[in-house]
Amino acid sequence: MDELWSGYLLPGGIIVAQILALLVPLLVIVAFLTLFERKVMAAMQLRLGPNVVGPFGILQPFADALKMIFKETIIPTGANKVIFLAAPMLTFILAMIAWAVIPVGAGLVIANINVGVLYLFAISSLGVYGIVMAGWSSNSRYPFLAALRSASQMVSYEVSMGFIIISVLLCVGSLNLSKIVEAQRTVWFALPLFPMFIIFFISTLAETNRHPFDLPEAESELVAGYQVEYSSMSFGLFMLGEYANMILMCGMTTVLFLGGWLAPYPLPTPVWMGPFWFALKVTLLLFVFIWVRATLPRYRYDQLMRLGWKVFLPFSLAWLVLTAAVLVYFDLAPKTVM
Amino acid sequence: MDAVKSGELKIENYTLNFGPQHPAAHGVLRLVMELDGEVVERCDPHIGLLHRGTEKLIEYKTYLQAVPYFDRLDYVSPMCMEHAYALAVEKLLGLEVPPRGQWIRVLFSEITRILNHLLNITTQALDVGATTPALWGFEEREKLMEFYERVSGARLHAAYFRPGGVHQDMPAKLGDDIGAYARGFQKFIDDLEGLLTENRIFKQRNVDIGLVKLEDALDWGFSGVMLRGSGLPWDLRKAQPYDMYEEVDFDIPVGKNGDCYDRYLCRIEEMRQSVRIIEQCLEKMPPGEVVTLDRKVAPPSRAEMKRSMEALIHHFKLYTEGYKVPPGETYVAVEAPKGEFGVYVIADGTNRPYKCKIRCPDYAHLQALDFLCKGHMLADAPAVIGSLDIVFGSIDR
Repeated sequence: MDELWSGYLLPGGIIVAQILALLVPLLVIVAFLTLFERKVMAAMQLRLGPNVVGPFGILQPFADALKMIFKETIIPTGANKVIFLAAPMLTFILAMIAWAVIPVGAGLVIANINVGVLYLFAISSLGVYGIVMAGWSSNSRYPFLAALRSASQMVSYEVSMGFIIISVLLCVGSLNLSKIVEAQRTVWFALPLFPMFIIFFISTLAETNRHPFDLPEAESELVAGYQVEYSSMSFGLFMLGEYANMILMCGMTTVLFLGGWLAPYPLPTPVWMGPFWFALKVTLLLFVFIWVRATLPRYRYDQLMRLGWKVFLPFSLAWLVLTAAVLVYFDLAPKTVM
Repeated sequence: MDAVKSGELKIENYTLNFGPQHPAAHGVLRLVMELDGEVVERCDPHIGLLHRGTEKLIEYKTYLQAVPYFDRLDYVSPMCMEHAYALAVEKLLGLEVPPRGQWIRVLFSEITRILNHLLNITTQALDVGATTPALWGFEEREKLMEFYERVSGARLHAAYFRPGGVHQDMPAKLGDDIGAYARGFQKFIDDLEGLLTENRIFKQRNVDIGLVKLEDALDWGFSGVMLRGSGLPWDLRKAQPYDMYEEVDFDIPVGKNGDCYDRYLCRIEEMRQSVRIIEQCLEKMPPGEVVTLDRKVAPPSRAEMKRSMEALIHHFKLYTEGYKVPPGETYVAVEAPKGEFGVYVIADGTNRPYKCKIRCPDYAHLQALDFLCKGHMLADAPAVIGSLDIVFGSIDR
């Protein structure tokens, strides 16, 4: 009995508690991110934004959630039911489980695994399946076209993202995300790897299907893209997944380039300040996401492909070689294999 | 592949039904598109979903009752539609409009032009994915529509230009407010241009898209910006001036390549020129009557009716039977924001038009959609539709 308790139930309970401690705030943040986006865009567009539900519209996310939960889920007659319903779940689940390896503070991570970067990369690459499944199973023309676009788009930008991550790994010598953050004690990688930081940020825009790369849901030609046939909570899961993915990508950028939970000044800071700095950096990046959405028009499909394959890929490859050369020539490469 | 070549397997293009309910269709446009991957092979516009039989309805209304139908044609630039009709009826009646009435009409025609171009430019931006210009533009449109409301009582369907002049004189201080607004408007255009004109993505989406060569433009019966964008400085306000357009000084912007981007630039510049015209109107507008004193056409004032038996009779006759127009036919066209808007009226001597044919510029523009979109990507189709400046109220009539 004792063994059962100490060997299985207690560690299991701790893991569940850790997961809940991460996911519950995350979902609340996702909900408020939608409000944040609407408010920021409203300010940029000379509007008020939501201001009716609660003071300053602060309860708007809950009103939206309630509405979506109580609506009827409509499944089109021609749709493949199982895949149609599995697609939003997959998108949502993938957006959630990626968070397992993101360190939000010193030691504040659910799974401090040595291949954190690979895990993250693998999970975010799987995200395209949700969209392809949704587009195919809807058995409708707009979603299908959107799914095709999305698949090629996400694949294209992952390649250059991969090279950028490798150049970060060269500087660190580890795939462990916590170690990547620790390696930025002296200087955040955004400075020495500056152009890569910009390219990585733009690639995350493409990876999350955000403006100006929101072709899969380009409303002026494909209405709502792969979400056309979705309603109620199955639509809601897509939305939640998309916004959680945005936060995830901003978290990834923060960890790789902006020194994760580290404070912007070189003084010792208490551990509990870590999540605060992390959240602040992520919020700033999210603000830029929204700012870009309010400012830029949308790329065309072929222009997006050209940017990915003919500009970003050669450039990141060249910069990777340059980084490696500099590290070797000036003998700056990390010596110990961690 | 072999199966395809030998004809055992037939590959069909992807047919996409674009509209009639579609966020980028500018109303109830339905396009049947044939796609080869993302490339548009054929683009077939289907119209008629907003057909209301305006031309036939007008045949059963008196000349005055027909005016509001014109507001509802191109509901983005209502007063310019009324203008053509008013000019046509005046021509048949041989009426002279007092100078102040003519100036007010020019002034509000130009306000209407800004209203129209604001909507068109910002929705063109919306069609290529930029959301902010649309909301900025609507804010300005709202202010301009307040001028509409102050002068006519209605924000949109004004029924303000009537055969013989305009319905009422402008309220006091409206001229000052329009002047103050016009002075600040250049700044707004600068802001709008800051978001779009030099924006690389906006240029990539519009330059060399929807090319119209000048010969094509003439062959397809284009007018307005669609023609000027291709390089021909043809503007009815200059070519055959009506009302007080002869008295004002303005330039006609022309494009070079005839692509969506040139048309966008033309519209931006036309708004700036409209501001110039508005300022000149306010400066040169004399006091006086705004509508003809011919009591067989324009009603007497309310006060006069209380005193004069004749005025009362005039009023009663005008609002029951209307006025009779001598037999004849005429075609009058104005430079509406979208192009040449013409009205062909046949009068048979009764109080109702025998026939009123309406020539809408965007109808001619829409028919070119197939050759404009062919070979372009799917995402270019909304950009082309946006730059055509179509409104279904006038296309379907």
